[in-house]
Amino acid sequence: MTDNNGATALLEFRKVNTHYGAVHILKDVDLAIYPGELVCLLGGNASGKSTTLKTLLGMVTPTSGEVVLDGEVVNDKPTSYRVINGVTMVPENRRLFKRLSVKENLELGAYLRNDKDGIAEDLEKIYDLFPRVKERLSQKSGTLSGGEQQMVAIGRALMSRPRVLLMDEPSMGLSPALVQQNFELIQQIHADGMAIFMVEQNANMALSIADRGWVLQTGRVVLDDSAEALLANPELRASYLGEG
Amino acid sequence: MSTMTATMPSSALDQDWRRVLRWGLICGGVLIALCLVGMPVELDRRELIERYLSLGYVSVLMIPILIGRIAATQVVLEGVESRKQGLYDLVTGLAVGILGGVSLSLLIVALDSWDLRDPLVNWSPKLFRFLTYENGIGFGLMAWIVTCGLLGMMGAASHVVPAMLRRVSGIVVLSLLGISVLEGAIEDLSEGFGLEWLTDLLYAKKGGLTLTSAILAGAAIAFVAVLTSGRVKALTTSYREKEGADRQKASIILFVVVAVLVIVLPIFLGKIMNELLANVGLFLLLALGLNIVVGLAGLLDLGYVAFFAVGGYTTAVLTSPNSPFFAPEMHFGFALIFVVIFAIVVGLVIGAPVIRMRGDYLAIVTLGFGEIIRLLFLSDWLGPYFGGAQGITNIPGVDLGFATVKGTDPRSVFYLVLFFCAIAIYVSWRLQASRLGRSWMAIREDEQVAETMGINTVNSKLMAFVVGAVMAAFSGAVLAAKVGSIFPTSFMILISIIILVVVIVGGMGNIAGVMVGSFVLIGVLGGPKQPGLLQEFQNFKLLIYGMLLVFMMLKRPEGLVPSARRSRELHQDEFLQDAWLKGDKPGTDDDDGETVGDDGGEEE
Repeated sequence: MTDNNGATALLEFRKVNTHYGAVHILKDVDLAIYPGELVCLLGGNASGKSTTLKTLLGMVTPTSGEVVLDGEVVNDKPTSYRVINGVTMVPENRRLFKRLSVKENLELGAYLRNDKDGIAEDLEKIYDLFPRVKERLSQKSGTLSGGEQQMVAIGRALMSRPRVLLMDEPSMGLSPALVQQNFELIQQIHADGMAIFMVEQNANMALSIADRGWVLQTGRVVLDDSAEALLANPELRASYLGEG
Repeated sequence: MSTMTATMPSSALDQDWRRVLRWGLICGGVLIALCLVGMPVELDRRELIERYLSLGYVSVLMIPILIGRIAATQVVLEGVESRKQGLYDLVTGLAVGILGGVSLSLLIVALDSWDLRDPLVNWSPKLFRFLTYENGIGFGLMAWIVTCGLLGMMGAASHVVPAMLRRVSGIVVLSLLGISVLEGAIEDLSEGFGLEWLTDLLYAKKGGLTLTSAILAGAAIAFVAVLTSGRVKALTTSYREKEGADRQKASIILFVVVAVLVIVLPIFLGKIMNELLANVGLFLLLALGLNIVVGLAGLLDLGYVAFFAVGGYTTAVLTSPNSPFFAPEMHFGFALIFVVIFAIVVGLVIGAPVIRMRGDYLAIVTLGFGEIIRLLFLSDWLGPYFGGAQGITNIPGVDLGFATVKGTDPRSVFYLVLFFCAIAIYVSWRLQASRLGRSWMAIREDEQVAETMGINTVNSKLMAFVVGAVMAAFSGAVLAAKVGSIFPTSFMILISIIILVVVIVGGMGNIAGVMVGSFVLIGVLGGPKQPGLLQEFQNFKLLIYGMLLVFMMLKRPEGLVPSARRSRELHQDEFLQDAWLKGDKPGTDDDDGETVGDDGGEEE
């Protein structure tokens, strides 16, 4: 699939269906993430957002349809293959390895990489991006504040040198000020050319920084449009933005 | 006490009586429980100071001291305003002790009035005689109330008096206790060094210190304690504050000293002590393996003894001429190759089906597998191959060409175990810092996230199972060569549990902790069948294990090692009490996991 500019999609769903046992979760979902894009997936509880992420990462195998990475169907490839090829997730609630040090957390992000020099270089980049993280390298990550944990979680994901960053509810469990800070961070990383796929409940905030978005309802994509159009969509405003 | 605050009690009697009552009842409950467990009567046979003090009395008398101290400390700690230490605390201790004494008196009266021997085995005239000091009931009642009260006050006083006095008297009491309790071990050691005259002087003929020697030794220890005051502490703090290369250097020195000691000391030790060290080594080897499975990878394996059994039986079958079905009578070294192979195979066979389970489910299933393996060796079905209940006997020792390692020469067994332990320690240490080790830690912390990092969690966990299995199998192989016979009863589930306790008490996931844990539990208290330094406690071993485990879970879940380092200057016996006494003070937990064993891992 190509977009209007003729570029190839980085990561793509083609009519993906998934089941947990007999329960049908995703129903004919089509998605496409292009290089350097910031896109978001909106949806309420149990709409299939997390399953979408798990399927993108290969932790859930679709029952039909194709997951495509760089034009290659990767349905049967393990998570490690996708991580090596540039797909990484920042999990919901940050979920650091709490009893391990900040440095160990960052290093685990580069678990699949063997280039020592490259890893050291990327560590430096992360220290530049988050000077506060550098101060706390030997501290147990569980003792960090929420904002610092978010930085480490993003840093850990960046350590695998991703091309697309999957973010599961980045604003969950953070104070309003931190949510703001967090979204600024996401924009900053995006400005460096990283494609970001964000799953959010905070639709207003997410759409204000995203290029495009989808709305998922009980496993089906019900809206697929540019962020401005979605923000203006009366139906969406009614159901997600608490208006109407 | 020049700055009296408004919240200061107006008099020493202005107490938080509810708390005092609570601790007093706890004190009484512990005392009565100890008596009914039979500990004092059984330990009464063991004299510590000839004619004056037996281990039985110590086991009772230490309770009011301990609880008196805890009560005094707690009242200060939990008060809204922190009160100055003083008379107030002494009254707390006294009251707590008296309450304990009164409870004991009630027990004496009850012992005299009713016969409850049917449900309570230790409800015996012996206990009555012990408690009344064979001086009649009236004397017993008065003596316990007064003694316990005074001891409670002493415990509280230990919290009030200047730190220097507390330290010196603590060291003296605990050292004397150590010297007298460890009589056997010390005699054994002094024989090796040709110092029998010293022990002859120190101990009475029938056992126990003589009163004179106790006083003299106490004075000598007090002198040394005053002299060294502050230096040992300064040394340990300076070690802990070192960083980077300095720290590494200090760690290496420490390591070399310990290593040399471990290698040289057994030459001077007698049979009993070497036997004990060999047992510690066998369990250390097991614990190091389990530490990888539970401590690093976070897989709670309760059937770990299965791999121990596999190692033992493989060695037995391959080396013993008495193996019922297949007896190639291989050399031990050659058999080891098969031990490794079978350990890997069994590790995979047990691991593969259970590895996808988590937490409690994994624990229950492995528990089952552990028993299944033992029952298989016991069964009629495999009886023709493994000898069933008769086991396999006549397993030869390890012929090294210049010497033979066998059970009758415990020193050689110790060196064999030491060899395997050294390998296991090295492998564990390297693994901790390796990619595999990091993947284990990630899985332990959060398996799902580990998976999103691209870690193949199934393979990693299987590897942990297999590495642990191989270490346990080595231990089993040495056990076979040491004991010379192998029976299904050698592999009871109790072993799995005790190794787990060793790992938890020592400190999960850290090598130094596991070493300390196996020494304290197996060396001092004793293994499931092996006596430790405190042989007298043989019958109460499991009770003490249980109490220790509960205590560790509550107060020091990270294990002994941080506290061990803090109180290395003190005697072995103290650090259990020390952990107990200091465990809940704020600010003692700030160095979790920062342990000797981790140093190498953090450098990279």
